[in-house]
Amino acid sequence: MSKAAQLAALIGSGQAQGDKNLIINGNMAVAQRGTSVTGVSGGGYETVDRFRTAYNGSPDQLRVTHAQVADAPAGFANSFKLTVTTKEDALAADERVRFQQRIEAFNLQKLAFGTSSALPITLSFYVKSSITGTYGVDLKNSDAGRSAAQSYTISSANTWEKKSITFAGDTTGAFNNDNGEGLVVSWVLAAGTDYTSGTLATAFASTTNANLAPSNQVNLIGTDNSTWQLTGIQLEIGDVATPFENESFGETLQKCERYYNRIYDIWCDFAVYANNGRMSRRVDFPTTMRANPSMTRNSVSTTSCDSVASNRTNLHGTHIYANSTGAVGDAFFIIANMEADAEL
Amino acid sequence: MIISNAKYYLDVSDTSITDHITATIDGKVWDVPIDPANSDYAEIMRQVEAGTLTIADAD
Repeated sequence: MSKAAQLAALIGSGQAQGDKNLIINGNMAVAQRGTSVTGVSGGGYETVDRFRTAYNGSPDQLRVTHAQVADAPAGFANSFKLTVTTKEDALAADERVRFQQRIEAFNLQKLAFGTSSALPITLSFYVKSSITGTYGVDLKNSDAGRSAAQSYTISSANTWEKKSITFAGDTTGAFNNDNGEGLVVSWVLAAGTDYTSGTLATAFASTTNANLAPSNQVNLIGTDNSTWQLTGIQLEIGDVATPFENESFGETLQKCERYYNRIYDIWCDFAVYANNGRMSRRVDFPTTMRANPSMTRNSVSTTSCDSVASNRTNLHGTHIYANSTGAVGDAFFIIANMEADAEL
Repeated sequence: MIISNAKYYLDVSDTSITDHITATIDGKVWDVPIDPANSDYAEIMRQVEAGTLTIADAD
């Protein structure tokens, strides 16, 4: 095939379009919540933006550290690192631990899933672990209840390796065109027999738990001090992995802020105007959020008022408010940081 | 997700409107809007439906 024909094919496949990576923060650059959390005992968002762990069953002995670290392959500055600080002694059949990103359905329409024009997608990433062997990756279409799973092999311990996995487009299961959870991309770190006893569902099919992880899946959580690192993640249209789409830190941060953001040093300063008077101030988010976010506050300092709360929160902002407890004319102020969370 | 101490709160300017649920989620206090697209609200409602969580009425 001539270079011109290759280029035409690339453009036709959609791979040459800008904003090709469906994964946000695939280079693990943004970590608004913090860069390290120790003693993690359950699933959720802890450090790097848009990525979370998901637990099934009750691996109650397990404790891990999540961290954004500077150890990364050439061309990347960061990776996510999970370290098992207390192992799970015996993996029960229903126990599973995964690292994942949940992708908003609005961003998936170009895949044309659920139509005869459904496009293949390729997941590429750099991975490094202290434990070699076979690991699973699964994709779940949350709108259609369909999943596909494949495996990759870590050949050398503590060495960065690049992996690429292609999934055929799904002509059956469509994504809703909305702000809900569309596709969940998960890297399996451990899976009990409820998830490994079937045949790996390499093409999208109705979700069957037994077909979601390889039968020889590594049990990362069964070894103290085991580590697993990930970065350079790209999920794109086509059956070939192309180079990672670099973007500025600001672009990545702005994408992340649709799902979670922090607002620092909100300062409200009034005089108490009446007994039990209320102080309220509008606080705008840096970008329109995916959904009306949950709000919390930290580093709160107050004078002459009761507990601080949020009210009338919408996609664009919130109101921080408190009721006065001082006498008329007293200084009445709040200083606080706020977190807005609209993660999937 | 461990959720406790859930309570409805009214809009501070219009008390005919339920504004949000305040709850402790995994050890941290959050004001959760009444929005089915909010994953915390969806989880609160799932736990209420399952009978494992109750939400106190607003004052």
